[in-house]
Amino acid sequence: METLAVGCGAGFSGDRVDAAEPVVRTLIERGGPAALIFENLAERTLATQQLAKRANPQLGYEPLLALELRPVLADCLAHGIVIVGNFGAANPDGAAQLIRQLALDLGLVAPRIAVVRGDDLSDAGGRALVRSHLPDFDDARFVCANVYQGAFEIAAAIRAGAQIVVTGRVADPSLVLGPAVAHFGWPADHWDALAGATMAGHLLECGAQVSGGYFADPGLKDVPDLHDVGFPIAEIAGDGSCIVGKAARTGGLVDERTVKEQLLYELHDPAAYITPDVVADISDCSVTRVGADRVRLAGVRGHPRTPTLKANVFFDGGWFGEGEISYAGPNAEARARLAMDVMQKRMGRQFPLLPLRFDLIGVTSILGDDGNRMLQAASTGQATDIRLRVAGRHQEQKVIDCLLRELTALWTGGPAGGGGVRVARRQRLSLQSCLIARERVPASFDFAA
Amino acid sequence: MQEKTLYQLAHARTGDKGNKVNISLIAYRAEDYPQLVEQVTEARVRTHFAHRKPTQVTRYLLPKLAAMNFVLDDVLDGGVNDSLNLDMHGKALSFHLLTLTVSAAAPVASAAGAASREAA
Repeated sequence: METLAVGCGAGFSGDRVDAAEPVVRTLIERGGPAALIFENLAERTLATQQLAKRANPQLGYEPLLALELRPVLADCLAHGIVIVGNFGAANPDGAAQLIRQLALDLGLVAPRIAVVRGDDLSDAGGRALVRSHLPDFDDARFVCANVYQGAFEIAAAIRAGAQIVVTGRVADPSLVLGPAVAHFGWPADHWDALAGATMAGHLLECGAQVSGGYFADPGLKDVPDLHDVGFPIAEIAGDGSCIVGKAARTGGLVDERTVKEQLLYELHDPAAYITPDVVADISDCSVTRVGADRVRLAGVRGHPRTPTLKANVFFDGGWFGEGEISYAGPNAEARARLAMDVMQKRMGRQFPLLPLRFDLIGVTSILGDDGNRMLQAASTGQATDIRLRVAGRHQEQKVIDCLLRELTALWTGGPAGGGGVRVARRQRLSLQSCLIARERVPASFDFAA
Repeated sequence: MQEKTLYQLAHARTGDKGNKVNISLIAYRAEDYPQLVEQVTEARVRTHFAHRKPTQVTRYLLPKLAAMNFVLDDVLDGGVNDSLNLDMHGKALSFHLLTLTVSAAAPVASAAGAASREAA
């Protein structure tokens, strides 16, 4: 059977909206069956969209949806390239409606758009189910719950004629496995093939991260034309193995190094990468260059899928705040450290129990932990361009507001020469996860009206 | 014996999940891999990241890829949603791993023995 080419148009919410066009051009030139996926849904993104939907029931889907689809929608529909995206987020129906309107605006025939359901457990029934799985479930702080659905409803929708499949929460690799299952007709226990295509999906799901993005280190790991990095395309074979490449006439790089880095990205036990569809095992897989910007992944094994699906449950987590101020020139480090001391003393007087994180950006910052132990161990040096940062969190907004006011007061009441004060606060979301028996949370699909 | 940093011999990438990170370590040259297996142990990595207080460090070996995967538990101050760190994902930790040093002229035979033990 012919291979299936699956391209990636986005690897997170906020990815480049000009990325998909070269991918689609390449799929068209290649000919043959093809699909295009958009992965727009990090863990927290969905909760953010649930909050957006609460504020306005029309919203709650990927904010960049129109921008990312507009350049490729007509070509995909004209050439039979199925589009699959989790851009539905908290409002898949809203996303489907927007896509339909976008097609009409472009003068196209209204496409057949399927919506995959079953992930959202935020209603009363879903909430009751989740509550029974979390011992310290707090109704007052509950924001939303979504279970990770898999590839088979996506596949069923494509087999039923969908040109575009809109999902909420599905496992990221399932966006790729869905079209592969639809194309090859693999049964649900064809574990090795499912695992192979799942890992193809894993390689694609972060967009440019497999094709030279997030890889370059000048002089050591050079990437040509990184500013034009091409997004990836996987050619998936009937046994689930794949060849990863990228959009033609773009920058970037696909070689054994880029593929290995992405293959292991966010993986724990390489013998047990768990998705709703299969448990993938890459402990004996091979990664082999087969041409310019072409790398073959083979030998992935699959084990039976788990009886449970993972649900992410978000709760209101109070407030987060951070503020920064810069010091430069002679004795800058001593002045920045004095500013830190002022903050510690003034905040300590008002909120002695509030833990604060301090960073001296330019001396030590992101490698340390929130206990400031790395900073405390760093002896005072002579750095001459430093940004002091302080961050904290609290259930009550007024405490965080006080922190930001104290940082702002360094303008006139702190050490000499401080500049560039910036402060920000936002609502926090805290996450709990649980496993739910899959028969309790069945998925389904239907065609949008 | 000549000291080299991992940065000269291997590349790495961090991923996060909950309060854990994984850091891949991939040898540029397959011939350097046994030496990395011998010297970049769970215990050394744990010490190297002591300032992040890992409660456990687990190493997985992928000899066919000349790679290993380290999983560090409880190093993100609660995870992306709880951490006060600018780098709440711990993305930069991969480059901290690459500052570890190894001695360049390690005996290869004993390294191969260690590899098969741990892979089992």
